[in-house]
Amino acid sequence: MGILTQKRRGASIPPPPTPFGGGPGGSHSSFPISTAYVGTYVLMTAIIMLFAGLSSALIVLHGVPQWQNITVPNSVWANTMVLLASSVAVEFARAAIRKDQQSSLRQWLAISGLLGVAFLVGQVFVWRQLVNAGVYLSTTIHSSFFYVLTGAHALHLLGGLVGFGIVMYRAFANRLTAANHEPLKVWALYWHFMDVVWIYCFLLLILA
Amino acid sequence: MTDTQGHHHEGEHAHPQLGFWRKYVFSTDHKVIGIQYLVTAMAMAVIGGTLSLLMRLQLGWPHGSWPFLASLMPRAFDSQGHMNADFYLSLVTMHGTIMVFFLFTAVLTGGFGNFLIPLQIGARDMAFPFLNALSYWIFLASCIVIFSALLVQGGAPLGGWTAYAPLSALPAAGPGQGTGMTLWITAIALFTASGLMGGLNYITTILTMRTKGLSMMRLPLTQWSLLITAVLGLLAFPVLLAAAILLVFDRVGGTSFFIPGGIVLNNKLIEHTGGHPLLWQHLFWFFGHPEVYIVILPAMGIASDILSTFCRKPIFSYKMMVYAMVAISGLSFIVWGHHMFVSGMSPFLGSVFTITTLLIAVPSAVKTFNWLGTVWGARIQFTSAALFSIGFVSMFISGGLSGPFLGTSAADIQLQDTYFVVAHFHLVMAIAPLFAAYAGLYYWFPKMFGRFMNETAGKIHFWMSFVGAYCVFFPMHIIGIGGQMRRIYDPLNYQFLVNQQIVNVFISISAFVLASAQILFLVNFFVSIWAGKRATENNPWKATTLEWEVPCPTGHGNFGPELPVVHRWAFDYSIPGATEDFVPQTAPAVPAQQERH
Repeated sequence: MGILTQKRRGASIPPPPTPFGGGPGGSHSSFPISTAYVGTYVLMTAIIMLFAGLSSALIVLHGVPQWQNITVPNSVWANTMVLLASSVAVEFARAAIRKDQQSSLRQWLAISGLLGVAFLVGQVFVWRQLVNAGVYLSTTIHSSFFYVLTGAHALHLLGGLVGFGIVMYRAFANRLTAANHEPLKVWALYWHFMDVVWIYCFLLLILA
Repeated sequence: MTDTQGHHHEGEHAHPQLGFWRKYVFSTDHKVIGIQYLVTAMAMAVIGGTLSLLMRLQLGWPHGSWPFLASLMPRAFDSQGHMNADFYLSLVTMHGTIMVFFLFTAVLTGGFGNFLIPLQIGARDMAFPFLNALSYWIFLASCIVIFSALLVQGGAPLGGWTAYAPLSALPAAGPGQGTGMTLWITAIALFTASGLMGGLNYITTILTMRTKGLSMMRLPLTQWSLLITAVLGLLAFPVLLAAAILLVFDRVGGTSFFIPGGIVLNNKLIEHTGGHPLLWQHLFWFFGHPEVYIVILPAMGIASDILSTFCRKPIFSYKMMVYAMVAISGLSFIVWGHHMFVSGMSPFLGSVFTITTLLIAVPSAVKTFNWLGTVWGARIQFTSAALFSIGFVSMFISGGLSGPFLGTSAADIQLQDTYFVVAHFHLVMAIAPLFAAYAGLYYWFPKMFGRFMNETAGKIHFWMSFVGAYCVFFPMHIIGIGGQMRRIYDPLNYQFLVNQQIVNVFISISAFVLASAQILFLVNFFVSIWAGKRATENNPWKATTLEWEVPCPTGHGNFGPELPVVHRWAFDYSIPGATEDFVPQTAPAVPAQQERH
């Protein structure tokens, strides 16, 4: 293209003023964190702010006299264990790919994905339990927050399952290697983050 | 060719020729997406501006009869051709919403952000081009949804752009609060999703894709402002989304997040109980105040870079400009209470918000001082872009000076919800960013379309806009202190406002003059795309930044086979000893001296 071949500017350009100058090339802009990771951190920040907004509303409304606690079903505890187990499976998958054990990677990945789906099914079960007990979205402010917070978390987990599909596809296409498995690492970060968000919401709801 | 030894890029110009649809419509090229944002936002500006003219018609001549308009919009006017009060309130809501979100946020970050980020940091495109295209299409969908609120049965919502609960939470509360309000929430949710996709791209791209040598402290101020803006959006918009989610459940799910008990609507006691209307205000303004800076920061960045170019001087105190923007954005998250001084807030808390608010005057003054320092003693080249940049500084000062009055709770209790507030925020966050956007359009137009906009028309546009904007918004301070309420439908209803009605007439006439100048701009813009003077050189303004190293208009992939290498900051103007009065960022440090040794 030759688009950078403008006429040479001045043979006697003095050194640029400090502190912005520097020699040819100057400081490198190679950012220490990869694009995929930065993108994921940014996404996680947005999700943190969403849940911060929702939980600040919970904290404010917790102070109104009409606040009435609902009984959170015990099955939520079992469900929490399922989600944590899913995260543990992801770590086994990562350990497998670090040793380049492809079949072990696929097994552990499949287990973690299935546990994620099991958690979502379990959540539907929890909501149905509540409905059967006569606790609806609008029953009390506490129940409203229970449905909104767990629902928002479930939607974000569903988004995580899309990421799981991509990682799973790559694992079966043999495109994850011991040296380069960033998609798995990025997805694992998000998946663990979903655990943290879940535990935060869960604690907020049972301690309220 | 010393300045082209960049790193290799696999994407270099192996692109197949794309058809019209892929190239200009469903494109993932950041430049096309940027221009799509610009043009869509301009269409929204025409709609939003028209709404404001209808408002000025009502305010200037409250008992006027407009049979022609009544024949166009029969539901909005009564049989005598007088404007309905409900319609006036829906104009207020839609004008504010469209201008804040769909014009300013979209044009400055969506338009200039997309167009400029890869070009100015020496990248071929955004980090996630598909996400970027998706962001535009969701934005377009949100524009269509918000516009349709004007057309549905019942009309647009009445509660203002702030959508205060419980009015916004009860669909039965007014004609526009049903379908209209639902569309409003949908549009805002879509806009938020689109903005987050954009912000994700801006942050990731600016941080990770800068070309060799382009350290953070060598970035043009436009890039700094876009980065900081994206961070603000990332932290603020999800909170608005959270509030919108709760609002939707209040409206359709029977919940009581924002609706207190005991409200009687249409002679019926509503079933909701226990909610907190002030909670909406807190959540909204926690987003809303940073939103103000989401609008003004890119304007500051653009105006700073353009001022420096046309003053042929380095920006005064670059580092302080960066730190001031960081300080403003940090403070923006702890001042939201100053929008709520009359909400029954504890006076102690009010004092805290007063102090944090007044602290913003410090970085704002630093920036103003630095702009004046840049202009000081310069041989300014008075192009249209330069004029609008100077106009930006003028509007920012004029609008900013009323800020301390409103930020002080004692004074604000008097001035709250009067035209003094309307004057303040229009000057500082509507006209000022508008001027910066115009500066940017005149300046980067050749880079976008390969032609120049007409300079004579541009200067007429500037002077009419400059004088027009002051004639519209300056007298509003006076009638505001005189007691005229914000969102008032008929000033003549109040004895104490009758004497100052002549000012409203003056403002309305000025508003039509101001609007006619914008028509001149639109004609200039669209005619110049096809018939403007051709831009034959890469760097017509003799500027230093990377986008001026490539042809006008720039091809797909932005740079040639090699990415540029940056050797210096973006403001090397009028360096003693240099042969020209600018040194591009790609010029190596001291070739002559190296040769000598």
